[in-house]
Amino acid sequence: MMPQDEPKFDELYRELILDHYRYPHNRGVLEKPDVDMQQHNPVCGDEIRLTAIIEDGTISQIEFMGQGCSISQASASMLTDRVTGLELTDVDALSVEFRNMLRGDDPDEQMMQDLMALQGVSKYPVRVKCAVLAWDTLQKALKLK
Amino acid sequence: MKDMSVRSDFPIMDRLIHDKPLTYLDSAATSQKPAVVIDALADFYRNNNANVHRGIYTLSEESTLAYETARVKVANFINAGSEEQIIFTRNTTESLNLIAYAWGRDNIKEGDEILITPMEHHSNMIPWMLLCKEIGCKLKYISINEDGTLDLSNLDELISENTKIVSLTHMSNVLGTINPIKQIIEKANKAGALSVIDGAQGAPHLPVDVIDLDVDLYAFSAHKMLGPTGVGVLYGKEKILSAMSPFLGGGEMIDEVYEDRFTTKEAPWKFEAGTPNFADVAAFGVAIDYLDDIGMDNVRQHEIDITQYALDQVRKIDRDITVFGPKNLDIRGGVLAFDFPGVHPHDVAQMMDWDGVQIRAGHHCAQPLMRRLGVSATARASFYIYNNQEDVDRFIDSLKKGGEFFGDASR
Ligand SMILES: Cc1ncc(COP(=O)(O)O)c(C=O)c1O
Repeated sequence: MMPQDEPKFDELYRELILDHYRYPHNRGVLEKPDVDMQQHNPVCGDEIRLTAIIEDGTISQIEFMGQGCSISQASASMLTDRVTGLELTDVDALSVEFRNMLRGDDPDEQMMQDLMALQGVSKYPVRVKCAVLAWDTLQKALKLK
Repeated sequence: MKDMSVRSDFPIMDRLIHDKPLTYLDSAATSQKPAVVIDALADFYRNNNANVHRGIYTLSEESTLAYETARVKVANFINAGSEEQIIFTRNTTESLNLIAYAWGRDNIKEGDEILITPMEHHSNMIPWMLLCKEIGCKLKYISINEDGTLDLSNLDELISENTKIVSLTHMSNVLGTINPIKQIIEKANKAGALSVIDGAQGAPHLPVDVIDLDVDLYAFSAHKMLGPTGVGVLYGKEKILSAMSPFLGGGEMIDEVYEDRFTTKEAPWKFEAGTPNFADVAAFGVAIDYLDDIGMDNVRQHEIDITQYALDQVRKIDRDITVFGPKNLDIRGGVLAFDFPGVHPHDVAQMMDWDGVQIRAGHHCAQPLMRRLGVSATARASFYIYNNQEDVDRFIDSLKKGGEFFGDASR
């Protein structure tokens, strides 16, 4: 059975995603972080580690390390850009909205900003896990704090 | 390369994937089915369906005959002495679990050793790990060499008086390595250990002669050899099967039942509790006929030819592609797992999917092996009788395209 509307190749691999994959932002491990969390996807072996510094309920600095497919690594890179300077409550709301988008819901574009580039992943059920891995890691990290 | 000209027997080969011809390169996971097998399954349900071993009526007799005839075909296919040495299970995994449960619990004691290899599929690891957890036996490993072959230099030390089971794969589903099982079985048998072969990649691709191998138990799956899903085989030596305790209990496997006790049927029925998967087994019999008609020597030769061609073509790509496993086709089957520098296997597989090329990406149910290879996942193409040179060419073209697409990232 064919999917109803054939997803297009470039809906998945948007230029912005490839840019983040090729030239990741905030890649590294912070010294003396307030949170340090690592998660992996047992199915494909993707790995993400996030370290962050939290000041006054706001993420002031965040870096990621990891290995895996373009979607997982680009998503982590984009996450670090998007949540830097955000209050934790806003991060929480953003994380929920992001997951909903990958589940196929229409997202709030103003909230998503660049993260909109990952919307196409929602049409590839097996790749959704790759895109949310960094967000899972962040959620775990913040809850643990 | 000689064309097997069987491709047109497989209806699915006419399918388009994203408007491209299907290039199916994941037969190590499961094979496609020829029309005769698909039709046999439908015909069985249309014409012969009734439960087996039950009724004194025509349909049940036909159904029982189809089921038991398939057993004879399978026995002949691997040169078993008798069809009573063929147990039908759900798959290789269940066959191996059956051994660990039924033979293992009667014969393994604390401190005993089970010898396996790092190239095993999880299904030839976890059943033994479960047994060891329960009983306190120890799992040991034969090492592997850089080239993906087994290091047998210290086999005599590894197989000791404590070794009760030696279990390994006939052919690796990742490296393609065809192991020298006859030599290892001989050592195991001599030491009084049970010899077990995971034939999930053996029976579909290589001529198998269980008497010549002198193997105690040999397991495989119908779905990887043109048959339906849901059928596995466990071959066993007569003396082992007759001494072995049952696995699951219930109908079909019993002889007499009282309120406080029961007696079992003889092997193989002793191990087949409940209504068996007789319709799929009947269709599996047709798959065996089909493979017999082609001849397993021809199957093997075709896979040597196509794998050699694929290896040569991959080598010509101007990238630092690592192909895992031995390069000598005498000891390698039609499996090609590779690492494309800078491009994750998931992205490789996704790229290829747009070109209709269906390959596998992941750990291939062999995480310990992945760790030894120093990768978290690989991409894998695998071949069978319906694949031809064009499939390889499409695979190579798609691989090159993917390399260019992700190019910057990988340099
Ligand atoms: C070497 C090997 N062993 C065991 C299995 C398990 O087969 P099944 O899933 O049919 O039980 C497979 C297939 O995935 C395999 O390749």
